[in-house]
Amino acid sequence: MSAVQEVVTPAAIEAVPKRAMTLGYGTSLIMLALLLLVPLFVKNFIIFQLTMLLIYGLAVLALNILTGGSGQFSLGQSAFYAVGAYTSAILMEHAGMNYALTLPVAGLICFGFGFLFGQPALRLSGVYLALATFALATAMPQLLKLGYFEHWTGGVQGLVVTKPDAPFGLPISQDMWLYYFTLVITIAIYIFSVNLLQSRSGRALMAIRDNEIAASAMGVDVALYKTLAFGVSAGITGIAGGLGAIAVQFVAPDAYTITLAISLFLGMVVGGVGWLPGSIVGSAFIIFVPNIAEGISKGLSGAVFGVLLFLVIFLVPHGARQVAIVAQQLMGKLKRN
Amino acid sequence: MELFTNQILAGIATGAIYACMALAVVMIYQAIDHLNFAQGEMAMFSTFISWQLMQWGVPYWGAFIITLALSFAGGIAIERLLFKPLAKAPILTNVAGFIALFAIINSVAGLIWDFTIKQYPTPFGSYPFLGSQLISTHQAGMIGVTVLLLLALYFFFQFTRIGLAMRAAASVPESARLVGVNTSWMIALGWGMAAAIGSIAGMLIAPVVFLEPNMMGGVLIYGFAAAVLGGLTSPLGAVVGGFLVGIFENLAGTYIPGVGNELKLPIALALIITVLVVKPAGLFGRPIVKRV
Amino acid sequence: MRSKQKLRIAAFSTVIAFVTTSGAALAQKKYDTGATDAEIKIGNIMPYSGPASAYGVIGKTEAAYFTKINAEGGIKGRKINFITYDDGYSPPKAVEQARKLVESDEVLLVFNPLGTPSNSAIQKYLNSKKVPQLFVATGATKWNDPKSFPWTMGWQPSYQSEARIYAKFLMKEKPDAKIAILYQNDDFGKDYLKGLKDGLGAKASAIVAEESYETTEPTIDGHIVKLKSTGADTFISITTPKFAAQAIKKLGEIEWKPLHIVSNVSASVGSVMKPAGFENSQGILSAAYAKDGADPQWDNDPGMKKFYAFLEKYYPEANKLDGSVVFGYGVAQTMAKVIEMCGDNLTRENVMKQAASLKDFAPDTLLPGVKINTSATDFAPIEQLQMMRFKGEKWELFGDIISGELSN
Repeated sequence: MSAVQEVVTPAAIEAVPKRAMTLGYGTSLIMLALLLLVPLFVKNFIIFQLTMLLIYGLAVLALNILTGGSGQFSLGQSAFYAVGAYTSAILMEHAGMNYALTLPVAGLICFGFGFLFGQPALRLSGVYLALATFALATAMPQLLKLGYFEHWTGGVQGLVVTKPDAPFGLPISQDMWLYYFTLVITIAIYIFSVNLLQSRSGRALMAIRDNEIAASAMGVDVALYKTLAFGVSAGITGIAGGLGAIAVQFVAPDAYTITLAISLFLGMVVGGVGWLPGSIVGSAFIIFVPNIAEGISKGLSGAVFGVLLFLVIFLVPHGARQVAIVAQQLMGKLKRN
Repeated sequence: MELFTNQILAGIATGAIYACMALAVVMIYQAIDHLNFAQGEMAMFSTFISWQLMQWGVPYWGAFIITLALSFAGGIAIERLLFKPLAKAPILTNVAGFIALFAIINSVAGLIWDFTIKQYPTPFGSYPFLGSQLISTHQAGMIGVTVLLLLALYFFFQFTRIGLAMRAAASVPESARLVGVNTSWMIALGWGMAAAIGSIAGMLIAPVVFLEPNMMGGVLIYGFAAAVLGGLTSPLGAVVGGFLVGIFENLAGTYIPGVGNELKLPIALALIITVLVVKPAGLFGRPIVKRV
Repeated sequence: MRSKQKLRIAAFSTVIAFVTTSGAALAQKKYDTGATDAEIKIGNIMPYSGPASAYGVIGKTEAAYFTKINAEGGIKGRKINFITYDDGYSPPKAVEQARKLVESDEVLLVFNPLGTPSNSAIQKYLNSKKVPQLFVATGATKWNDPKSFPWTMGWQPSYQSEARIYAKFLMKEKPDAKIAILYQNDDFGKDYLKGLKDGLGAKASAIVAEESYETTEPTIDGHIVKLKSTGADTFISITTPKFAAQAIKKLGEIEWKPLHIVSNVSASVGSVMKPAGFENSQGILSAAYAKDGADPQWDNDPGMKKFYAFLEKYYPEANKLDGSVVFGYGVAQTMAKVIEMCGDNLTRENVMKQAASLKDFAPDTLLPGVKINTSATDFAPIEQLQMMRFKGEKWELFGDIISGELSN
């Protein structure tokens, strides 16, 4: 009977009812107000951190669409992020293109890249898909270093990117402008993603996630939807990568190693697989927890980070989503009383 | 032609490293049905323990046996303390746990033994083996130990009750419980055995790559690749996969013009993925049968 | 009455005199953000975690050195507040940490951040903020560029200048050499390779083979086998310690005995030659600018005695075999020297000015004769190296101290 083996069994990613994938209106508005107002009262450095929070949040969201939506596992998101970052950087520095215009290009190129990668990935699942995407992530820095592309990529030295000023002579700092620019894009992509998952296509994806064979029996074009999920996920990651290049003002092969892919994966788990609003929580985890760990001990920062991660997954194995559900239940009780 | 033979021999020598690690990967896969990203670090830590014992004056084989026992116990302890509580959590949460374990072990080893490389002794000596300068007696010894381990594992899984029970517990836990297998302890036992095999791999690999906290990072990637290529359910496949990856990587680095040298790992991985697309369960793995 | 008035005037003038002198003294004390009467904030970024965590020791040594300075009363009564953060060798994280240091901790300067990618990522930011990026811990050649980046300065000899020294040596001692090169595929390896080729000039055709390796490769045996098959008689190993040791050991195993040159990065007795086996290391050539903490020939050297005493008291858990400890000590000492030279004028501009006016400064750990010299147009503090050959269990220095100054 051992022939019946599935690695990431369909049950590995629990079915998330689609209504539970978003936040209520009230909570959404509070979040939005916070994201809009907080930058007005903090230092530029914090604004920069918040910008990175949104950017990694987007990348985690993209992974969430792939894993939480269609049930495909990826350790290769850093590769798509790198392609997006380099696309933006090269277009800005070599072609003199406006930074805002480079983002759709980065998104489209990554969509194509992801869609193509999704083709062979169709035949793989679970551990095998993990290895294939892992391979992609390890190969990417080496490809970026390759002598043949050095003229454009800057080889091992990387490329320095110019940070854009606020347009129309607006009297705000570069950091604040970039933050609001990123915020608008993030909100747009978030709304797009929520609608995507609630649409016909989203239902098809979730059917595949829950049971691929059953979905195909119901007439869902499994191959098409799975590759599309890869494409959309890669496209969003690419846009995040482009934004990241602009915010950090620098791209280099060492910035996009497997460590980034692993961080994004951790972000997804901590935020709650399949729960889109959790992406921002996950992103906060991967940005701030290493700083906390380092504050506790320099020599053992890795160990402290590991311990904190264990604590989180022990307390809430389903990530921030679990917290949200508990909070919702509490609220419900309070209302009834 | 001489270069070709030399590269194949060098590939076999490196492949022995991957094969050894791949065996440990297969062991844990048989027990818990997924991969453990911290496995390389656990092996590294075990190797450091044996090194420390030798520094304290314990002879090689004494340190070897003690380390084996400690690793076995350590593997079980890690499972009981850290992963048993996560048994009901989603698999992806478990994977996050492996990553956390990786970070902890790597960091602690760095603090205790620092990051300078250390020489690690070999019981086989490092002289040319059968007149070939490309394979040393150590590497030949390593291949020998790998084959022994392979036979032992094959025997264990195929012919012992406990081996059978372990496989059943991993692949069909509900049915296994119904026939009276203690699946929880089977998993712990699997962790212990994987840690012990990993420690052997670490102690054999260290003389070649030198002992330091990051020594298994690269090895684990190749070990995974080898195990997946050969089929995660097959110890024989893992060993064959290890040698194939070693040989192929060397040939790609030597003979593919232009990018071969710079991209030998990506090329090797691409080939493995191509194999998987054709044979999704690996070269020696059992095909996956799905039910609706 | 008169005398009383006289007295009053005298008293008055004294008061005036006092006020003016103390006013002049106040005018001399000048501070930028990060410096006060009581303390000077120095920022630092190190890879304490991640793939390059081996170098985290540098940051720990520096922290220990500044603890020693503070224990001895600080510099001109000011304590050093050394703030060091982890970037895990990731450029985006380095940018975040650099901004935190400058905007949140408000440091006077950023000292010795490690790694070419991380430093490249923060260079533009620090220069636009006019914050000194002093004595960066990388040997890339680009840090010596005072015209474009007046706020950035290196410390160790550049990889290119070191490589040129080997090229010069080879052209003189072995003009018909057939050279095989193994290099790490990153900024370090590529910069070095360029220096070697530039140095060989028209003779670059003497390079019969070059192979690159990735740091993720478990072993480099395959590369060595391939290089041997080219029939080369000279082997240049542009490698980091682990891989340098693997190469030395493998060369011994396959009985290939070319003229073997190891880059300075890996010329450590304790962390390369010893693990690789002294029997395999005989005759290897390299160049050095600092003393080796594991080399017994320096046991009675006054500078190294100070260094060992420092380790014993302030950093007892340090591994003195680790070249990074020697490095951290030397660079921290240079930093302290610059702060001392600044006197009471602790502005960022003056820090850069003083850093660019070091004359024949010799930290305890540098080789005898190697001195630090900088000027407004020369932002490369250490430019001298001496060739050495491995014999027995230590390095034997030979030849003159050579300046590897680049003429560009």
